[in-house]
Amino acid sequence: MTTKSTAAERSRAAAEPGTLVLLCLVAWLVPGAGHFWMGRRQKAVVFVIALPLMFLIGLSLQGRVFPFDFSEPLVGLAAIANLLAGLPWILTRIVDAGGGMVTAVTYEYGNCFLIVSGLLNFLVILDAYDIALGRK
Amino acid sequence: MSSHFFLLIVFSFFVSAVFGVLLRDDPRQQIRTAAMMFGGFIATAIVLGWLMFPFPL
Repeated sequence: MTTKSTAAERSRAAAEPGTLVLLCLVAWLVPGAGHFWMGRRQKAVVFVIALPLMFLIGLSLQGRVFPFDFSEPLVGLAAIANLLAGLPWILTRIVDAGGGMVTAVTYEYGNCFLIVSGLLNFLVILDAYDIALGRK
Repeated sequence: MSSHFFLLIVFSFFVSAVFGVLLRDDPRQQIRTAAMMFGGFIATAIVLGWLMFPFPL
């Protein structure tokens, strides 16, 4: 079990600017990894299961991983939200999946899962950042 | 997997779980917050669904 003093020491160590950037990158790449680093393992387990699973469900519902096309502002914003999902997004881009099928009944539901998965991961990154700064 | 209500439940479950864990530190409070949020999602969806029922698409 993590004691308060070790958690505080970990926060102090993570408050260095370089470490903070690394923490945010790790937290982005693997949802929940930032919390794991900061000793919040129970939270990390929930995030590492729930967020990639939401992304996977979104893909299975024929949702689309949007391209960075800012001539269509909503498409560009959706692309940023997708990107925030981290590793699931990278893997999807590598295997060229996530094309989406507009005619599928579940297309919009899929998009909703994909986008919200990324946005929730962004909140998780911010939470890990706050913990590292000792705000929580 | 194409039932609107089923997908609503799945979506609400994941979002509530993440928010519950994010907002609270104590596991009991996390479960309580997540459950309340989940109930809120479902109840709001049903109420809004009924309110929109008279309006044509």
